[in-house]
Amino acid sequence: MVKIDGTSNGNSLIRVRNLGKAYQRGSQELRVLQGLNLDIEKGDFVAFMGPSGSGKTTLLNLLGGLDVPTEGSVSVAGEEITAMSAHRLTAWRARHVGFVFQMYNLIPVLTAFQNVELPLLLTKLSKADRRHHVDTALGLVGLAGRTGHFPRQLSGGEEQRVAIARAFVTDPTFLLCDEPTGDLDRKSAEEIMELIDRLVHEYGKTVLMVTHDPRAAERAHAVLHLDKGTLIEGTGKTA
Amino acid sequence: MKFLALILANLKRKKVRTALTIGSFASALFLFGLLIATRNAFTGGVEVAGADRLIVINRVSLIQPLPIAYRDRILQVPRVTAVTFASWFGGVYQDERNFFPQFAIDPATWRAMYPEFLVADAEWDEFMKDRQAAIAGESTAKRFGWKVGDRIPIRGTYLPGVWEFNLRGIYRGSRPEDDTTQFWLRRDYLEENGPAWFKGLVGWYVVKVANPDDAPGVIAAIDERFANSPWETKTETEKSFATAFVKQIGNIEFLILSIGAVVFFTLLLVTGNTMAIAVRERTSELAVLKTVGFGDTLVLWLVLGESLFLAFIGGTLGVLAAKAVAPHLSSFMYGANVFLPASNLALGIVLALIAGALAAALPALSAMRLKVVEALRRV
Amino acid sequence: MSIPLIYNVRSVRQRWTSGIVAVLGIAGAVGVFVAMLSMARGFKATLVASGSPGNAIVLRAGAASEMISIITVNDVQAIQNAPGIERGEGGPRVSPEVVVIAAFPLKKTGTDANVQVRGVSPRVLEIRDRVRITQGRMFGAGLNELIAGRNVAGTYAGLDLGSSVKFGGGTWTVVGIFDAGGSAFDSELWCDALVLNQVYKRPQNVFQSMTVHLTSEAGFPAFKDALTSDPRLSVQAERERDYYEKNSRALTTMITVLGTLVAFVMGIGAVFGALNTMYSAVSERTREIGTMRALGFGGGSVVTSFVFESVFIAGLGGLVGCAAVLPINGWTTGTINFETFSHLAFAFRVTPGLMGIGIVFALMMGLIGGLPPAIRAVRRPVAAALREL
Repeated sequence: MVKIDGTSNGNSLIRVRNLGKAYQRGSQELRVLQGLNLDIEKGDFVAFMGPSGSGKTTLLNLLGGLDVPTEGSVSVAGEEITAMSAHRLTAWRARHVGFVFQMYNLIPVLTAFQNVELPLLLTKLSKADRRHHVDTALGLVGLAGRTGHFPRQLSGGEEQRVAIARAFVTDPTFLLCDEPTGDLDRKSAEEIMELIDRLVHEYGKTVLMVTHDPRAAERAHAVLHLDKGTLIEGTGKTA
Repeated sequence: MKFLALILANLKRKKVRTALTIGSFASALFLFGLLIATRNAFTGGVEVAGADRLIVINRVSLIQPLPIAYRDRILQVPRVTAVTFASWFGGVYQDERNFFPQFAIDPATWRAMYPEFLVADAEWDEFMKDRQAAIAGESTAKRFGWKVGDRIPIRGTYLPGVWEFNLRGIYRGSRPEDDTTQFWLRRDYLEENGPAWFKGLVGWYVVKVANPDDAPGVIAAIDERFANSPWETKTETEKSFATAFVKQIGNIEFLILSIGAVVFFTLLLVTGNTMAIAVRERTSELAVLKTVGFGDTLVLWLVLGESLFLAFIGGTLGVLAAKAVAPHLSSFMYGANVFLPASNLALGIVLALIAGALAAALPALSAMRLKVVEALRRV
Repeated sequence: MSIPLIYNVRSVRQRWTSGIVAVLGIAGAVGVFVAMLSMARGFKATLVASGSPGNAIVLRAGAASEMISIITVNDVQAIQNAPGIERGEGGPRVSPEVVVIAAFPLKKTGTDANVQVRGVSPRVLEIRDRVRITQGRMFGAGLNELIAGRNVAGTYAGLDLGSSVKFGGGTWTVVGIFDAGGSAFDSELWCDALVLNQVYKRPQNVFQSMTVHLTSEAGFPAFKDALTSDPRLSVQAERERDYYEKNSRALTTMITVLGTLVAFVMGIGAVFGALNTMYSAVSERTREIGTMRALGFGGGSVVTSFVFESVFIAGLGGLVGCAAVLPINGWTTGTINFETFSHLAFAFRVTPGLMGIGIVFALMMGLIGGLPPAIRAVRRPVAAALREL
């Protein structure tokens, strides 16, 4: 169940209270987020929508521990990440978050296999164990035969699937997707959304997605709009 | 380890650049190797100087002789255990440019004085039996393609005429820095067949003392013994004799250090710039690594690792190439012993690694400090 | 249509950090090259200056240097009557000479170095007319007196004007300082040859060489023929200049070879640096290049443009390198001349010719460093280049 009013029944996986973010541009202060509250439970699939510059990506970055807020707090699975040191935050991120970007952001000199393996290099798993996890992940996204290929040899849709495999290969607590279908054609976008859907419904993953695409947003359990730095309910199932 | 694959993959990204950077390290270290080898050639004499040996020359001038009669008198000085003598032959073999030192020695006492020079017993016996015999050092023999049994003609300069010698043996050094360019012939043969003025005079004496600490005392005793005589002596340790000689050559160390410094500075610049460009190009990828969870320090080490890897490969190639080329410089340096021992090679590789670390320091730091949020925004 | 050069100059200025690196890399190679060659030049110049065009030196036939030559007093008599020798008030202008070495402590290190001591005729200044006494006076014939070359007093301890030194079993006084115009003689001590023979226990009237002053340079061939055809003599005659030039050859060759080798290898490193800089320049400016080609500038113009940029950077590097080395011009140092076994002072000679060679070296590196990247710049299809971010 997703709530944005700051009240919760204590079951929240992700709890955000009074989140605010401002930037200094010379002598001016630019306020992007203000007094934002959010509660998300395990297994929720939430879409964030809003006009350009409304702070969607900023919100995602704060939830993923890539940025620190000016005020407020973010807690995930009981841990307050906004109070963590940069060092701990990095380790936390490796364990708990999987990112999917609009531009895939695969490393061009690594094969699909090596790209998916990247987060596992930070763990103490043996080479054999790593291989097992990577093969499973790539199989799940339907690219079992393309493990040895480089990004330049894959189509856009395939690249994004590799990116998704990389995002969940460590079995993170939740996935953050920033415009995952933004750069794809109709057909590939459908495939990607199918995949994300499966992750949520078959594997019980928690997914937070920023998108412009109404068709992608349709798949989510709840759609939230960012307006003037805070969240408002949108069309779609909520609460 | 597991991150090595990542480092290697990055280096394969722009193969030409990787090759050029390895080439930069290799050429710098090649130069380093040659410079050190040249320095070794000049200062080698100091390194190998026997701690328990003294050189006695005529006080007036190095080129003035001493009477052979001094030998017994020097032997009587307390703490002296052995005495030998030699004269500079200074002949020309085929061409003036084929320089190598030629000593007319006393066969009876020479070998024991220089235990670092190794001659097969059989060969030394032949040398003792044949008055016209000679023994050559390994590098000179190799330089001219001599074999034991060859007849070596040498045109005398101080002692005129063409002198022919039978090569009865070839000596080796027991350490890489030992001088194997010398050519030993027998003094008695020269005395028999040479001009009258040569009889009874030697070029210098070599004196062995019981213990290196005895040196100062023995030096004073010998020089005092012959003070105010027509042939005054000047005695010093072999090391100080060699050192003075090197000092005459001038600021060789300074010159070599200066060149070395310029070379290293240039290498740092070139490599540093390359690493900076490489890191700049990969900003977004480094950001991705960080989002995946790679820590700042890990990213720092990945960038450093690339540079160290290139430094190691290039450095090793460079010093090995120097080791191969060094001996060939000998003919430009009066046949001097231009050598490069393993310790110098190791030093070179260490210096290369340091250069690699320094060159990558700033780019690595900037990679470490990279803020993911800003970097991703740049995409 | 060719791309305006100002584009390249401005581009270099914009990416100046990379440019500086390439400039310094090339400056380093050029600097070292010019420095080492100027050392060789300086050394050679010192020795060659020792020979005057109007003089000839006579040695025993087959002797490569003075130290191993013998000229007897009978030889002296025969030689001094040969045609072509100038005659002065005191007789034929000849100087029978003896050269030995003596050890004196270097001021800088305190350790001994070998000084060349030349026993000469008391009339030597008539024969070596480029030599002048600048302080004190000439030594007296038959006395234990020395005159010192201008580099000697500065280099060795205890050889200043007026000082007494002990060597060779006697006490000598330095009565004069002479200037030999920057030649090897400036590193020598001169005294009466007959006195030197005594001190060094050499046979009294035996010398090693004889230097003669000819009436004219052109008179040398006749002089030489007269000597070689004289049955009493077994000598060889050479122009003094040629003799000293030969003497310098070995050490000059060694320094030149080493210097060239060092510079060559540094040059390779510098070229690598230039290549890296230019390749990344091309990489970063892909869209610019695509645009220029779309505008109508041909492939040849682009190549020329980039090569010019590289050569421009290299030229700057060459100038910086030469400028950096220029201060050492005239710096005096000393080393051992293996031919004579004695210490020789000489000055670095940075000549315009050497700097010219340095600049050419730099431009060559620029050319090599610029060509491959320039060709790569042109190979990219225009449409692809324009799409690059």
